[in-house]
Amino acid sequence: MSVQTKKRKKSRFTLDDLQLFFLSLPTVVWYILFCYLPMFGLVIAFKKYKVAPGKGFLWSLFNNSAWSGLDNFRFLFANNKTTTINMFRNTIGYNIIFIILGVVIPVTLAIMINHIRSQKLAKVTQTAMFLPHFLSWVVVGYFVFAFLSTDNGLVNRTILSFGGTPIKWYQGEAAPYWPWILIFLHMWKTMGYSMVVYLASIKGIDESLYEAAMIDGATKWQQTRYITLPMLKTIMIIMFIMAVGKIFNSDFGLFYRTTRNSSSLTSVYLTLDVYVYNSMFNNPRPVYGYISAAGFLQSVLGCITMVVANTIVRHVDNESALF
Amino acid sequence: MSTASKKSTRHATGSGMERFNALRPGTNIAYSAMFILLAFLCVIPVIFVVIISFSSEASIGKVGYSFVPAEWSTEAYQYVWHLRNSRGIPTVVMAFFTSIGITLVGTVLGLILISTMGYVLSRRSFKLRGFYTTLIFIPMIFNGGLLSTYVVNTQLLGLKNTYWALILPLACSSFYVIIMRTFFQTTVPDEIIESGRVDGASQLRIFAQLVLPISLPALATIALFLTFAYWNDWYQASLYIESSKHDLFPLQYVLVNIEKNIQYLANNDMAMSANSTALPSETMRMAIVVIAVVPIMFSYPFFQKYFISGLTIGAVKG
Repeated sequence: MSVQTKKRKKSRFTLDDLQLFFLSLPTVVWYILFCYLPMFGLVIAFKKYKVAPGKGFLWSLFNNSAWSGLDNFRFLFANNKTTTINMFRNTIGYNIIFIILGVVIPVTLAIMINHIRSQKLAKVTQTAMFLPHFLSWVVVGYFVFAFLSTDNGLVNRTILSFGGTPIKWYQGEAAPYWPWILIFLHMWKTMGYSMVVYLASIKGIDESLYEAAMIDGATKWQQTRYITLPMLKTIMIIMFIMAVGKIFNSDFGLFYRTTRNSSSLTSVYLTLDVYVYNSMFNNPRPVYGYISAAGFLQSVLGCITMVVANTIVRHVDNESALF
Repeated sequence: MSTASKKSTRHATGSGMERFNALRPGTNIAYSAMFILLAFLCVIPVIFVVIISFSSEASIGKVGYSFVPAEWSTEAYQYVWHLRNSRGIPTVVMAFFTSIGITLVGTVLGLILISTMGYVLSRRSFKLRGFYTTLIFIPMIFNGGLLSTYVVNTQLLGLKNTYWALILPLACSSFYVIIMRTFFQTTVPDEIIESGRVDGASQLRIFAQLVLPISLPALATIALFLTFAYWNDWYQASLYIESSKHDLFPLQYVLVNIEKNIQYLANNDMAMSANSTALPSETMRMAIVVIAVVPIMFSYPFFQKYFISGLTIGAVKG
């Protein structure tokens, strides 16, 4: 657009525009307060933040806190090394597993449920599998407790009745089992929802494609391979980019609530989010600089991965890119 | 198009083909069995917790948490009823209505924020459209993180220990705004808006009286997303509500704090009546879980179709 037309456009701010502006004003204010102000709060990561008693946040930030350069990022080394390594390994590792399983399993299930002959059965099971999506991690945490409680849990009582030794599920000895439990719980909670997303896309595929394929003698597998999967590509890629952009975030409730925040299991569930939360609320002397540095890394790295993933997708297949 | 006619056309063109292309009976049975199993896997924990909540505490001691308790009982619910706050209102009842209030106010507020922004963004002639698109896009890929959000909300906005802390941060989201915008763009014809303008109506009137009434399906979808998000939220409460402010607790946060609450009641109870038996603390927390889950369990199957339509609208990128 040339400068001239731009200028003319700007100068003609009509009554219509004014009304639309006022209509959207509350939302704009919301965005500034709850999205953009916290972004500026990220400067804490580069400051030696000290709260001035009786003064506001901004005053504390600008007048009471000296710049500290990259000092705060020493948090990466301030803890013992295994904590830092665990934190990044868990955050990224679980996410990679979740991303892969989160595409493969729901897509497979969606294709399978679409083939089931009884529509009624498909509908009922779909509804049942959607249920976990509507439950909070707090509630799921109690479900898990009902099975894994050391004294009364169904699992330990069953082990006992077969003459085995019960396992203290919420203590260090059970650490090898927890990655599997966490992966299972994640899939349990998200499987139905994702399946429905993919199923909705499958239902939208033009049936004549399948009819043409059948007339050419294509088998079920060939139809899936050459029609269904290519048609699902865009939605799969969109879900993938969204997930990759969140690779430095974690589903906090899953890691914090279902493990009951047990300190002897920390190595298994400590992610960046858990680290930030624990250092803020379960640490008697929180070091705000460190916490903010961790948050800063999380935000910036997440943003970079998302943009990179999208750029790669755009080069491979422009149609499927998210932005 | 009515569902009936849709069905009949599909039947006419597709029935032979469908039968020809159907799964072999053996495969069909295997698939069906697998999905029945998965469905059970998703529902059984809820049934389990309901059974536990109706077991007697003595039964838990004897057979543990079990699908076949040694003894049925409603004592857990009776004790939950007796769990009172300082004003004599049952804690769970108070929390239940807190949750409902937060959910209602939040959903209405969220709908206003999301639909107005969605509408404004869908107006192609709007001068600030490009700027607004950037404004709502950036938070999708970048955010301030927990600490700075917390500091801004508590120290700058003063939301600590208020209901607003549970409502405002969840009220809007770029994802919902985009769903709304896409809906307005694809289903509300420009002629309607033009006709309103010819009649001299303001944008607010066009939006409220012409656009909203024909956008009910999308509004219902967003409303449901918001309703479930508010009802299930415990995280905001754990951030912004101190654990001593019992009266502000939504139901989910009561569950987070239930161990402490039961301890508190146990101490009080001992003091009040010397001959009281031990509190059914094991079954009580499961009873509260059931109270939190039941409204969802019985409502979501009816709203499921709006969710699915919302997901499909959301899948359309813009």
